[in-house]
Amino acid sequence: MNKVLEVRNLSKIYGPGCPHCIESTGPEADTNLCPHCGSVVAIHDVSFDLFEGEILGVMGESGSGKSTVVKALYFDQAPSGGEAIFFDGDTQHELFALNAARQRWLRNHRFGMVYQNPNLGLNFNISAGGNIAERLLMSDLMDYGAIRERAKALLARTEVLLSRVDDLPKHFSGGMQQRVQIAKALATQPPLLFLDEVTTGLDLSVQARILDLILEIQQELKTAMVVVTHDLGVIRLLTGRAIVMKYGRVIETGLTDQILEDPQHAYTQRLVASAL
Amino acid sequence: MNAMSHTTGGNAYNFGFLDEYAKKEIRRAVLKAIAIPGYQVPYASREMPMGRGFGTGGLQLTLALIGPGEVVKVIDQGSDDSVNAVNLRQFIEMTCPGVSTTTRTAEASLIQSRHRIPERPLTPTQILVLQVPYPDPLVVVEPSEDKRKIMHGEADYSRLLVKLYEDIVQFDEITISHRYPTRINGHYVIDPSPIPRWDVPRLDHAAALTLFGAGREKKIYAVPPHTRAEPLAFSDVPFRVEDFRDAAGRRRACARCGCTDSFLDEFSSDAGEKVYQCSDTDWCDEKLLRKESLRGEAA
Amino acid sequence: MNPPILQVEGYAKHFQLHEQNKLIPSSHNVSLTVRSGELTALIGPTGAGKSSVLKGIYRTYLPSAGRMLYRDALGHELDLALAGEHQILELRRREIGFVTQFLHCLPRQPTLDVVAQPLFGLGVARPEARQRAADLLSAMSLPERLWSVSPATFSGGERQRVNLARGFIARPRLLLLDEPTASLDPKTAECVIGLIEGLKAGGTAMLAIFHHPETTRRLADQVVELAPPPAVETLLKEIA
Repeated sequence: MNKVLEVRNLSKIYGPGCPHCIESTGPEADTNLCPHCGSVVAIHDVSFDLFEGEILGVMGESGSGKSTVVKALYFDQAPSGGEAIFFDGDTQHELFALNAARQRWLRNHRFGMVYQNPNLGLNFNISAGGNIAERLLMSDLMDYGAIRERAKALLARTEVLLSRVDDLPKHFSGGMQQRVQIAKALATQPPLLFLDEVTTGLDLSVQARILDLILEIQQELKTAMVVVTHDLGVIRLLTGRAIVMKYGRVIETGLTDQILEDPQHAYTQRLVASAL
Repeated sequence: MNAMSHTTGGNAYNFGFLDEYAKKEIRRAVLKAIAIPGYQVPYASREMPMGRGFGTGGLQLTLALIGPGEVVKVIDQGSDDSVNAVNLRQFIEMTCPGVSTTTRTAEASLIQSRHRIPERPLTPTQILVLQVPYPDPLVVVEPSEDKRKIMHGEADYSRLLVKLYEDIVQFDEITISHRYPTRINGHYVIDPSPIPRWDVPRLDHAAALTLFGAGREKKIYAVPPHTRAEPLAFSDVPFRVEDFRDAAGRRRACARCGCTDSFLDEFSSDAGEKVYQCSDTDWCDEKLLRKESLRGEAA
Repeated sequence: MNPPILQVEGYAKHFQLHEQNKLIPSSHNVSLTVRSGELTALIGPTGAGKSSVLKGIYRTYLPSAGRMLYRDALGHELDLALAGEHQILELRRREIGFVTQFLHCLPRQPTLDVVAQPLFGLGVARPEARQRAADLLSAMSLPERLWSVSPATFSGGERQRVNLARGFIARPRLLLLDEPTASLDPKTAECVIGLIEGLKAGGTAMLAIFHHPETTRRLADQVVELAPPPAVETLLKEIA
């Protein structure tokens, strides 16, 4: 099995930061807000590996920093410290040492992101097909006919009606918007996909179909995924391994069935007990 | 072009209206613009004695480049006698003693224009200055200038291309008629000012230097001579200039000079019929003159 | 002689419940061996921690003590208690199967795909994987009309057959079985026993818990009897 991503000691602090930030925050301190300088320690010392075709769950309540992890890796927000290495075939990319243009290149060609809020992942003022075209155009595909065929194939794959390819996504249902987002994320067949609370706020039946789709894609394309969610059901259905976060720290990591059936940390035990 | 100061006798104004420091700054911006083809160089656009939006960007370029002995032509939409062109020409005549003006493209060493590139191919000794209302082609897809700068830096024009895609989806063709986004020297995409699509291919590997001045937006950029200028397009939906064929597929001719290979303006005649005429009046005059002299010879 | 594929020595599992500040003993001092083509049966009273041994080997539980030496297809020996998560995932994919008491599967997935899932994971082409699933399901006499619907609505017996079929289909080297015949009618139970015998003959090593002593007698090559774990006080002293 090939490693796709190696994350080491990732941290993100919002605010000026001070020498007491780390010791004064975290699960033991029961806060992520530094009482000395008012900085928010969103994440600190987050490390994990991700392998080809693997789905890793990042779970925790809101404020745990789980979304910050994927936002840093997708270059939405620069981290305050740590490193991440992306293994792409024979080349390795030290993500946070790359210049902005190289980062954007990786983001457009080799990564995909599906946000909880379709507004962030889609341009609502251009058609569903246009949204996918944008990603293909970023990767220098310049043939209109080919782009259109590709967009249609992707939308068909994610079960969006082809009659709606030229409609604006703002007129779509929430579930359909997520499908367009997934199609867009997959446009360049990225080996690494980030999913940030993708089913949150959707009807249960819609959620289920989206989760099915994600699993099919993982099996078909061997896409490695990092799935951020507070929903233990999503963790159970999608992921093989999971990390549990609280106040910016990883408090537990393990095989998903082990975390759900034999959680080690008091917080995870409470989280699992309250959900099942 | 002369960097020396020429004060007009008895007149408080400096030669070329602008003070020498202002000219120097503009020339510096011009040099940078030539060195980085298509890059929008910011400059301190001066207040001119006319409203912004009336060609102050182009005028400042003209005044910074002009020297005694220069032959200047000013055109607006292809015409030398529209109000805007006349005003600018008079202003130049008034503030630049020793400079002559002309309406003949072939005679001009410096041409300031709005909305057109002259039909007659320009020569290496000529400079074309275009007046620009909106310099940044990305403004339609990205409101933040900071982000636009990054996009330009990284040559990220996918969102402009999406506009073209959406155009084809909706109208089966690219509907941009003016200000067609054009990639210069393989990197920066410029707004070539409101010239028609017809004129865009004439920027490509042109013999003359083309300078763009946006007074209100305080930007100068350039297409240096012999530089690639490629309109954005898809490989299977190529860029096309305006089609002047009639319903029967025949190329329309200028009603005045009979020319069939120039950009035509459409008018309504008194009888209510559509009439086509060369947009470039100097070109039209020249054709007409040649036609008449040929007729004279024949007679 | 046939060397053991799995050798468990002194396995123990207890749960530390932080919230209630409680220690719950589950399995204690379990040792056993499992060999290719043989079945080792775990017996003992309720609460002796039989399931906990299986879950410990599969690493659904983190063992509290002991070694679980596993010899993989390449002949390498590793301690499952200490193996990395990715190693475990890879073993689960290729070598170790687990038929749990209850069927856990994705909602809305057709039965055929549920059963074929382990083959999908191994990269077997979908049509072929589905064909093999269909063969297995007809061998287990699951009516064909059920194949295209999700097992969610099935009876206990039907669901258990699906569960077994999924555990069998990839012919794992080591198969863990937790009361596989408990909810089956005698006829289906008989069919499942036949399948287990077939797997044994094919060389699969099995560690199983059976509901009926009769089944254990018929299938087991070795029987390991577990005693209930000692009381918490004793355990605490031992740990200290």
